[in-house]
Amino acid sequence: MKSVGVTIGLLAAILSSFLLAIWFPQSLFAFLLFEASLIAIYYSSIQRKVKLWLGALVLLWLMPILGFINGYYLEVAIQIGIFVALALGLNIVVGFVGLLNLGFVAFYAIGAYLWAIFGSPQANQFIAGGLFPLSPNWFFVFLLLSIVVGALTGTLLGLPVLRLRGDYLAIVTLGFAEVVRALVNNLDKPVNLTNGPRGISPITKPPLFFQPVLEFIGVKFSEAQLYPLYFYFLILLMVCVIVLVTRRLEDSRIGRAWKAIREDEVAAAAMGVPVVRMKLLGFAVGASFASAVGVLFGAKQVFINPESFTFMESIGVLAMVILGGMGSIPGAVLGATGVTVLNLQLLKGLSLWLNGLRQSGAVLSLPLLGSYPLSQLPAQFEPAKYERMVFGLILILMMIFRPQGILPPRREPRK
Amino acid sequence: MALLELRGVSKRFGGLQALTRVSMELEEGKIVSLIGPNGAGKTTLFNTLTGIYRPDEGEMRFLDRSLVGLKPERITSAGISRTFQNIRLFSHMTVLDNVLVGMHARLKTSLPAILLSLQGVHEKEKGAQHRAMELIELTGLSGRENEWAHQLSYGEQRRLEIARALAAEPKLLLLDEPTAGMNTSEAQSLMTLFKALLGRYVKAILLIEHNMRVVMGISDCVHVLDYGEKIAEGRPEEVRHDPRVIEAYLGQGSWVEHARS
Repeated sequence: MKSVGVTIGLLAAILSSFLLAIWFPQSLFAFLLFEASLIAIYYSSIQRKVKLWLGALVLLWLMPILGFINGYYLEVAIQIGIFVALALGLNIVVGFVGLLNLGFVAFYAIGAYLWAIFGSPQANQFIAGGLFPLSPNWFFVFLLLSIVVGALTGTLLGLPVLRLRGDYLAIVTLGFAEVVRALVNNLDKPVNLTNGPRGISPITKPPLFFQPVLEFIGVKFSEAQLYPLYFYFLILLMVCVIVLVTRRLEDSRIGRAWKAIREDEVAAAAMGVPVVRMKLLGFAVGASFASAVGVLFGAKQVFINPESFTFMESIGVLAMVILGGMGSIPGAVLGATGVTVLNLQLLKGLSLWLNGLRQSGAVLSLPLLGSYPLSQLPAQFEPAKYERMVFGLILILMMIFRPQGILPPRREPRK
Repeated sequence: MALLELRGVSKRFGGLQALTRVSMELEEGKIVSLIGPNGAGKTTLFNTLTGIYRPDEGEMRFLDRSLVGLKPERITSAGISRTFQNIRLFSHMTVLDNVLVGMHARLKTSLPAILLSLQGVHEKEKGAQHRAMELIELTGLSGRENEWAHQLSYGEQRRLEIARALAAEPKLLLLDEPTAGMNTSEAQSLMTLFKALLGRYVKAILLIEHNMRVVMGISDCVHVLDYGEKIAEGRPEEVRHDPRVIEAYLGQGSWVEHARS
């Protein structure tokens, strides 16, 4: 009986936050409440089946409607999805196998460039025949291909650095990411492979293979309306597959071997775990996730250049994994969501608000110090600069008060 | 035929001769102890035997198969598994998962099968868990299986190491000071456990031990190492009275004579 009450309560919370977000399409607060309802579902004490149904209701039905009303919400949701997928990939390497990787974004870049080069006229620069851009249908082939390419590059990076541990490995992965970025930045000569710092555009979007069906049932969407929804569902599907794959691996002998290597490499080897092979597998799986997400990112952005794959991106994803709780799937999901929402909505909102204050000519009056018109604030104190500062502060506070992350791995009794 | 056979195994670390031509034989159904003063090379011998170190010279044969140059995980698959002197559990894994890691090589589930979650994977996992629970019960850790390994008490952690080593289905079990830091009754119950293991779970046990009560109580044979050399071998009571052994432990001099009388 109790769980029925909880379910009804949850439904009420979901629907009210949904309606709130519809009534106030510009309100950040309403959307945050809506996002929080997902967390409430996760934490509630109801049956798994009911949880899944409620989650599906929010993600598959309410979210698209909301995104239809305010396109920015959908953009935020897609960004969240991309970072969740990246964080889950990095979580395997850092959280499970325990290898600090500071250059994870390299694999993301490899995936993005893989589709960008062949899904745009770029490839005509070095392959004659004017075959490119490839037709949109190739998108899915490249999505699969990117998994293979990601796994291969992950293994290639893994091979020479397997003997390294901890700090040494971290520096090598950092170097690897910089090498990849320098390569895409400079491979515009002698043969123009990547178009260098100017980036590649336009990148072909995935095919709208379902359009005839939509037309048949009488739904009319313009392409501009359809694509965000399409990307939203694609990334959602991708995240679901990644979560499923990660969960299955975690609960298998492979996941246990990874964690054993993280805890004590010598003991793991003594227990019969092939350390080298398992480390390579971890690298490969994590890299293939990132690379697949990269393909989607490229197609969504239409334009990519090396600027999207800087060291800060790697650090950002690492921060998501650590904040969420290393080695925990819900942790990585929550960490990625939290940091993305923080960056895209909260901190942006904060700096917009501060800017608004400044431009409205508000006067800051402090006791003893007198009053100070905000409009005369020097440029060094521009609100946009607080974004990174607040983010940094949150990181510091988290590490002091909850170093294990928001949702550290739990010991779940086995069925 | 001997289960394990060492012929002239030597190991150097730079200028330090850790093992000098150590030879020994270990037969099925025996509990053999390895004793010696601190720094005598006992743990080095274990590490060489399990592939953590590669011997500089000599031959090691297990079931008539050479172990020299094999990686640790291969040696484990071949049927030798061990515990560590300074407990090396997987702290942030549950007791059950610790034991399951020991089954890694025996649990033959492939990556595609795991990803597709095929029926066989479930069955094998179930089987492995069942066996792991059996070992947990055997080592007296029932009811603790879902706790983190680091939450166990010291004695329980030592037991968990044994359970984990047994999970690899070894023929030969190497125990590195299993009763270190335990009181008499705890040590006593471990001795009972070791005797029970023989024949049912393992074919032979080689243990490093400082607790003479344990050594004298359960060993069929004792080997003594000193400065990397084997100085004596024999039944416990023989070794106990061997003058070279007494010298290794107590040194030389008139007060030794005094102590002996």
